[in-house]
Amino acid sequence: MQQSFIHDTGQAATAAPGESAPVVPLRHPVRLAIAVVLILVALSAAWDVAANQSYHWDVVISYLFAPQILAGAGLTIVLTVVSMTVGIAMGTVLAVMRLSANPIVSSISRAYIWFFRGTPLLVQLIFWYNIAALYPVIAFGLPFGGPSMVLGSANVLISPLGAALLGLSLNEAAYMAEIIRGGIGSVDKGQYDAARALGMSPAKLMNRVILPQAMRVVLPPTGNQVISMLKGTSLVSVLAISDLLYSAQIIYAANYQTIPLLIVASLWYLLMTTILSFFQTKLERRYGRGFDAAPRRTRQPKTRTA
Amino acid sequence: MNTAMVEAQGVRKSFGSTEILKGVDLRVERGSVTCLIGPSGSGKTTFLRCINHLEKVDSGRLYVDEHLVGYTERNGRLYEMKERQTARSRLNAGMVFQRFNLFPHMTVLENIVEAPIHVLGRPRNDVTAEAQTLLDRVGLGNRGHSYPQELSGGQQQRIAIARALAMKPKLMLFDEPTSALDPELVGEVLDVMKSLAEAGMTMVVVTHELGFARQVSDQVVFMDQGVVVESGPPSEVLGSPQHERTRAFLSKVL
Repeated sequence: MQQSFIHDTGQAATAAPGESAPVVPLRHPVRLAIAVVLILVALSAAWDVAANQSYHWDVVISYLFAPQILAGAGLTIVLTVVSMTVGIAMGTVLAVMRLSANPIVSSISRAYIWFFRGTPLLVQLIFWYNIAALYPVIAFGLPFGGPSMVLGSANVLISPLGAALLGLSLNEAAYMAEIIRGGIGSVDKGQYDAARALGMSPAKLMNRVILPQAMRVVLPPTGNQVISMLKGTSLVSVLAISDLLYSAQIIYAANYQTIPLLIVASLWYLLMTTILSFFQTKLERRYGRGFDAAPRRTRQPKTRTA
Repeated sequence: MNTAMVEAQGVRKSFGSTEILKGVDLRVERGSVTCLIGPSGSGKTTFLRCINHLEKVDSGRLYVDEHLVGYTERNGRLYEMKERQTARSRLNAGMVFQRFNLFPHMTVLENIVEAPIHVLGRPRNDVTAEAQTLLDRVGLGNRGHSYPQELSGGQQQRIAIARALAMKPKLMLFDEPTSALDPELVGEVLDVMKSLAEAGMTMVVVTHELGFARQVSDQVVFMDQGVVVESGPPSEVLGSPQHERTRAFLSKVL
């Protein structure tokens, strides 16, 4: 024991305390080799894509700004914006319902989420498209055969676009409900105490204190949802709605340039998702205020209760 | 005759099958400082939370400023209040928590003006001016635009006190306000509380700071196992406790 102690101090002395010895950084030869190989692979792949005549880059360029394609991209944006807006609004309501103390209210929310998450979106879209088979006439009225006011034929009221919007929105609401519920659950319970002690009503507590904090947790998965919604709208091509993908399909059905037109559609999808990711980053920064700031002094609450 | 700020008569409270409060009787005079002391699990925090109805009283009566907390008495029956009514009645009492519970997404100033503007509906300009005065009073006049996370625990707790005071409560409740603080930050919070007591605020403080209790309080209440074991002036309860349980507790703490 005593011996080793002396030995240690002896070593420390030879390290010349106070003098700054030159630092030799560790070299990473393997890392360098891997990087070189990967760059070569990437370059050869890029060269191949550029040189391969079958890609028909000339066709890609000629259709990139074709009016049909642009109109399709516009419709894709409309579908995304409307479905996400409705989905988020409904999802928030469903999330609050799910957390309700009333067991019927929370069960209804649970059942909704169970149903709309549990069936394929494609099936739901086709279902709404064919809703007239179940309900030929849409009417408002009292249940159990009471008097009602007829609004019109289902085929007229629910156009293919209507069916697409219904299908996408109702499906999205189920996913957003779970995301928002998770966000609400992530807010510290002490925040409820503090808000209630300040005399806030339940609605004010939710809107002013809980939801703004839940946003921080909700935003990253919501960004994912928006991007997958943007691409998911391509499913509506089965309803013969001329969104971006369907517009490309119409063109290649006529001229057989399948690959170039799929590339055109993909480039537009890529551009749109890139723009969305940019705004997502900005929003996340906005709602991260008060959390991202470097804490000067971390608090260490001792869990002591009485 | 009943001029007490807080009057508890046989207050009981259970969580599930565990009875936390087994008939608490207590009186807090206007303008006085009461310190609740006792071992963990004695029910002192639960009792404090009952005073502004963060916990529902199961039976017994609890009056704050002569109003029954959480219930309306009609025809000899107690009707439970609606959440909105309860929210109104909470405005009598300001509360400060062990873990500060500032709103992390708002700046210090926004934390303080939030409830006066959005609960009381007062004009923003008036409230902001008052908030600045309060910040100066707790010694943080220049931190209005910081976020809570950027402040030390002691500073956050002083902001939490300012936030509660901005609602102009008649009564301030403190739930172990210094227990989550590093030892060197405890003093600054106790100083603010002392000056508040000197200004005549009615205060109920759950605390482990016996020095503070001895120096500042008018009444010390020792609770154990859901009942008030002993209460009186600090010189009596802390100086010459009558009860064996009080003596046992004090000997462990001191």
